[in-house]
Amino acid sequence: MTQTLTTRENTAVQQWITVCALTDIFPNTGVCALVNEQQVAIFRVQTNGEDKVFALSNYDPFSKANVLSRGILGDRQGVIKVAAPIYKQNFNLATGECLDDESVSVTTYPVQVIEGRVQVGI
Amino acid sequence: MSNKQNLIVIGNGMVGHKFLEVMAEKNATEKYNLITFCEESRVAYDRVNLSGYFSGKSAEDLSLVEPNFYEENNIQIHIGDKAVSIDRAKKTVTSAEGQELRYDKLVLATGSYPFVPPIKGKDVPGTFVYRTIDDLEAMEDYAKTSKVGVVVGGGLLGLECANALRNMGLETHVVEFAPRLMPVQIDDAGGTILKNKIEELGVTVHTEKNTTEIISENGKIAKMTFADGTELATDMIVFSAGIRPRDELARNHDLEIGDRGGIVINDFCQTSDPDIYAIGECALYNQRIYGLVAPGYQMATVAADALTETAEPTTFTGADMSTKLKLLGVDVASFGDNFGRSPDSREIAVNDSVKGIYKKLVLNKDGSRLLGGILVGDADDYGTLLQFTQNDIALPPHPEDLLMPPREGQAAAGIGIDSFPDTAQICSCNNVSKGDLISTIHDQQLTDIGSVKKCTSAGTGCGGCVPLVTTIMKSEMKKMGLTVKNDICEHFAYSRQELYSLVRFHKIKTFADLISQFGTGLGCEVCKPAVTSMLAATWNEHILEQSHAGLQDTNDRFLANTQKDGTYSIIPRIPGGEITPEKLIVLGEVAKEFELYTKITGAQRVDLFGARLDQLPDIWRRLIDAGFESGHAYGKALRTVKSCVGSTWCRYGVQDSVSFAIEVEERYRGLRAPHKLKSAVSGCTRECAEAQSKDFGIIATENGWNLYLCGNGGMKPQHAVLFASDLDKETVIKYLDRFLIFYIRTADKLERTATWFSKLEGGMDYLREVIIEDSLGIGDELEAQMQTLVDTYECEWKAAIENPDKLKLFRSFINTDAVDPNLVYVEERHQKRPATEEERKVLSAIS
Repeated sequence: MTQTLTTRENTAVQQWITVCALTDIFPNTGVCALVNEQQVAIFRVQTNGEDKVFALSNYDPFSKANVLSRGILGDRQGVIKVAAPIYKQNFNLATGECLDDESVSVTTYPVQVIEGRVQVGI
Repeated sequence: MSNKQNLIVIGNGMVGHKFLEVMAEKNATEKYNLITFCEESRVAYDRVNLSGYFSGKSAEDLSLVEPNFYEENNIQIHIGDKAVSIDRAKKTVTSAEGQELRYDKLVLATGSYPFVPPIKGKDVPGTFVYRTIDDLEAMEDYAKTSKVGVVVGGGLLGLECANALRNMGLETHVVEFAPRLMPVQIDDAGGTILKNKIEELGVTVHTEKNTTEIISENGKIAKMTFADGTELATDMIVFSAGIRPRDELARNHDLEIGDRGGIVINDFCQTSDPDIYAIGECALYNQRIYGLVAPGYQMATVAADALTETAEPTTFTGADMSTKLKLLGVDVASFGDNFGRSPDSREIAVNDSVKGIYKKLVLNKDGSRLLGGILVGDADDYGTLLQFTQNDIALPPHPEDLLMPPREGQAAAGIGIDSFPDTAQICSCNNVSKGDLISTIHDQQLTDIGSVKKCTSAGTGCGGCVPLVTTIMKSEMKKMGLTVKNDICEHFAYSRQELYSLVRFHKIKTFADLISQFGTGLGCEVCKPAVTSMLAATWNEHILEQSHAGLQDTNDRFLANTQKDGTYSIIPRIPGGEITPEKLIVLGEVAKEFELYTKITGAQRVDLFGARLDQLPDIWRRLIDAGFESGHAYGKALRTVKSCVGSTWCRYGVQDSVSFAIEVEERYRGLRAPHKLKSAVSGCTRECAEAQSKDFGIIATENGWNLYLCGNGGMKPQHAVLFASDLDKETVIKYLDRFLIFYIRTADKLERTATWFSKLEGGMDYLREVIIEDSLGIGDELEAQMQTLVDTYECEWKAAIENPDKLKLFRSFINTDAVDPNLVYVEERHQKRPATEEERKVLSAIS
């Protein structure tokens, strides 16, 4: 079940698409956005009042369902991650790598917050 | 430098490397310049787990060499250069690249090569052997254009190799000459079970097949033919038909060689030339080649002792060929006299072809000692059984119990670890005794299994002894007066019980407060739901409050049960299992309107499957309008209080079980606990509601109600225990209030009442003291906490649909009202169900 990891640098972004306001996402939860027909899970991680935003594919390669945005956020040894809600594998939010099975990873997307709006790059 | 002798090791496989590790540990670099030749382009790697390469392990993962090991220990390594000749007179070794190095001592660790039977066509393209990572890479490359692969040889390595082919996606066959698989380790009965299990995984096994020819067409393998006239079409063939020692260096330079190959060694692993040693699969001891890694490691230690003139050197006197493996996911173990060859030996066997388990014990004549055995399908007891054999420990009076799982309420047969002698060898791969483990655990105050493995190397070989090592560690920790750590996860150095006390004592109401005061990091999927459950059981705030959002598992977060395709199922509360026709019709109408798959649950309720996240509020609006409320099937909470129809209708009923069930269910609905809670009320002793399999069960008597506690159905059934008899309703409720809060306060995370009770010191007598006699003086407090929870109950769904902020959660996408196009259903028995992978492919091909 090897999935290719395609981390795209912001420089390669052709277009930023606004999906919602940052405040539409409860702190330390995720939502799913449909961007260019792709399901993108967007996570808002808040530590000491400071927000970080991450974007991954919403597709969980283990359950083969579009559910990652509904997983529980947290960290393992400081690595910020989400636990897939169906079978509980953990994914590194920054890189998309699965922390429990290194042969698996999910796509990551460039994401930014501009004037309170969350934007996904394609 | 000039005083140092040159010690050359030829071969950098698992055993050659082990030898260097032992030498480095012994600081032998003060005496020797250590030099090693490595023919392959990679330093030593784990050949035993080679098939892991196809399930995602990289060559680096398989490496056995710690980074910078050679540099730090000043060992000269010649990678990719093969030693090709020895001059014993001049004491030199010459390599393929033409280097000539002088040696004082020489260690041959050249290993073995795969034996390829002399079959016509054995060398055509598409035939492989299975030994090195290079072999694997070649196989992987060729497999890209292949559909079918055959392994010739159904031994241990052959089955590993079959796993590799299967992982590459090939239709896989195993061809074995003998009448059964693994003929050296297991007997016919075990072979049959193993064959069935492997065939269930899609690998076809052909036994008693003597390959006669491999036939190619157009330069590619087409098929192989057998002596019995049959044939098998295939694209590639891997030979795994045994090993032969690589003794050519010794042979060419007149060291003593066995009749059938192998470099003859003595008890010190010395060859016929006292300055030359041989270890591992190239060495022949007592007419025998040892093709396992554990004896090879033993030889490495023996040779290192001899070469460093250790005061009390170990000797090699043959090795136990006992082994435990997981082949294609099937446990297989064999140990000692596995075939019962000792005179007058007897056998006990269990052959369960339903579960796919075969276990055989070989006993001595009077049945007091275990001589050996075979385990297929379940080898969990291997470690313990091996101890009986290796340490000649007397068996318990009924040795047949060793083959059976423990009966209800009894401890497993077998013996406590304390009765093992200190000399008992626990880890045979690295030769670690019970005494070694105990002294290291005490000296270094070790308290976790990771450190024990690191400091003793026990359990770092095949891993089969890890459960035993863990038991020894825990037992020693207890003796040292240390508590066995029970932390909830890496973010809190507290058990669930301790955290619960902190929450109550410090009046903590949010996860953020708790982790900033008592934890570290961000939390995780273990501590977040556990803490939320504690907060709910203490303060009963709405589960969807913003401060709790993101702490809940998807079930609790969206107040519904996640199913495999990411949709949800809905179970409204039907207290006591009693429902009016009008409400039943509403359930039917809702299911029809939203196209939900409908099923009656085991708990007298109705489950509606296949609702999308965005449909949940609409569905619940309809249900709430009809008078339904949340059934909390998604929570670690009270589920249902099941009931039989009782004295109102039943001619046998002695009390009104339905009314009481409804009363109990409405009192405890929504109660958050360490795990789910189930209950039932039966109207007479016939027990139709099965109350004795519940966390708390009530059975009517002529004089009132009997209360049973801490039962469990499900995964590990356990009968509830009678707590008190002939109670009136008020007393039942009072006891239940106290019992439930006491359980919630003291249980571990995800611990059902049955498990909690099994660990409770003092058992039911203690529980009666606390609850009935109030021995801890907390009875009133427990009742008050329950009453607060009862008074503040609200239906979570009702609260959710009345609050626009909470409703925002229930959208498939934040930026559009579209729905997940990945959801595909097919119809079965007039209802929908998720399409299987296969059906999806067909459906997408059509569209």
